[in-house]
Amino acid sequence: MHVIEVDQLTKYYGKARGIIDVSLYVDEGEVFGFIGPNGAGKSTTIRLLLSLIHPTSGSGTIFGKDCIKHGPELRLDIGYLPSEVFYYERMKVIDLLRYSASFYRRDCTQRMHELSELMELELHRRIEDLSYGNRKKVGIVQGLLHQPKLLFLDEPTAGLDPLMQRKFFQLIREENQRGVTVFFSSHILGEVQRMCSRVGIIKEGRIIEIEDIRTLQQNNYKKVRVAAPDLRTAHFDLPGVMNLEQHDGEVRFFYKGDVNPIMRKIGELNLSDVAVEEPTLEEIFMHYYE
Amino acid sequence: MSGTIYRHELQMHLRSVITWSVALVALIFVFASMFSSFALDAELLNEMMANFPPQLLTAFGLSGVDLSTVLGYFSFVFLFAQICLAIQASNYGFGLVSVEEREWTADFLLAKPVGRSQILTSKLLAALTALAITNLVVWVISLFSVNLYKGDKSFDGGPLILLLLSIVVFQLFFLGVGLAVSLLVRRIRSVTPYAMALGFGMYVLSAFGDLLGEAALEKITPFKHFSPTYIIGHGAWDLPLVAISAAVILISLVASYLLYGRRDIPAAV
Repeated sequence: MHVIEVDQLTKYYGKARGIIDVSLYVDEGEVFGFIGPNGAGKSTTIRLLLSLIHPTSGSGTIFGKDCIKHGPELRLDIGYLPSEVFYYERMKVIDLLRYSASFYRRDCTQRMHELSELMELELHRRIEDLSYGNRKKVGIVQGLLHQPKLLFLDEPTAGLDPLMQRKFFQLIREENQRGVTVFFSSHILGEVQRMCSRVGIIKEGRIIEIEDIRTLQQNNYKKVRVAAPDLRTAHFDLPGVMNLEQHDGEVRFFYKGDVNPIMRKIGELNLSDVAVEEPTLEEIFMHYYE
Repeated sequence: MSGTIYRHELQMHLRSVITWSVALVALIFVFASMFSSFALDAELLNEMMANFPPQLLTAFGLSGVDLSTVLGYFSFVFLFAQICLAIQASNYGFGLVSVEEREWTADFLLAKPVGRSQILTSKLLAALTALAITNLVVWVISLFSVNLYKGDKSFDGGPLILLLLSIVVFQLFFLGVGLAVSLLVRRIRSVTPYAMALGFGMYVLSAFGDLLGEAALEKITPFKHFSPTYIIGHGAWDLPLVAISAAVILISLVASYLLYGRRDIPAAV
């Protein structure tokens, strides 16, 4: 079953573009990465699915139900961590978490304390006294304490130190192993690469690619580095070679296509060094935005 | 209606309710305490006032007021209480949902499993409870002050009760209009100027509408609909005008539910 299904969803803020004709689906138990630079429409998509804003046209369903019409009922099983976390400044952390828990039908006390301990959250401080990172931790606990079946994470790691980021990813992985579906929006490719099974790439409000992350990485591109005496770039004048650069007797490029011709070309040389690697997602990604 | 939101909202109102109540108690009590000295020279005062231009008297809620009776005097005091009540109710109206957007907490609340109308109802009921507490305080201090300072003069309790009963409708007007306006604008940066403008503005319309020669303007202000001098003087509400208030309340509440249901919550940053 598709947990999320988005069909030609479009949102304009007056005349300003939000997203245009976004269609995608997310399967149950999947971690779906949603990548794009700031302002591409990542948050808009998530906020539409949470019915914080209303679509100009198109529709979205969650667990098979319309996300606007059945919003309140659907949100029982949804956890949301916004990119910017704001809570009632004068409340204590514990009171905010209790307030948050009081909206759900189950008893969340135990999970709340587990999560707070894991994230090293000080429960008796006031929200107004918390640093940005600590507010983010409140957001994480608040978004997970009711054991949702679907998680929306909107640039979740901003403000967390590396140690906390690791704990957070560990936590999300555990949730995912329990069967929780995750919609993970980010502009940091490394973390998407680590977490997600599929990615959607959004640019200026439109989806430009939805791909299995392995396909994206393996089947298409190789990153090649060749070092040899008297090396000329013209030697690699081949279809499929991109971003060719030469410096210090070394040539680097990306290659897309059948690997045999390029390996023969390399074989003709008297090499002093060679490396053929999988490109990082970041390197592939930059290609989409050129 | 969500009990959890209601309790949270009421808690948020608590400090403000106490502040307003204390202010109103002080205002009514202190003003009322001056009645005995007014009453001594009431004849002289009434004579003097008769020589003032009638517009000026209207502006200060003094036209047709007999300051020598305890109720006449109290209707003059009550006008100032009304100004406070208007500003308080406007404050709650303008802030009801806009505060969540200004402080960016709307994302938190609206991502919870509650519908928009449920949120609005809970918030409205919490605000109404807060206003009812203030209302009750005004009742108690008014009855207490009037009885304490009436001296050897007696008065008819009926008009006073009618006057006090008008508070709840009066508050609803400012709560409803404030809420509807707050949903019509994109964003309210600070509630206070809006609340002052609505509360005080309506008073000014009622007080100086005469001077401006725009009698029609008076028809829209609850200060006119629930004029203390009218209620005390006639021992009745001015029903056609009260109907205007009731209509405005109804329209603004219906409009608020519609507007809030369709509202796009602005994102932080």
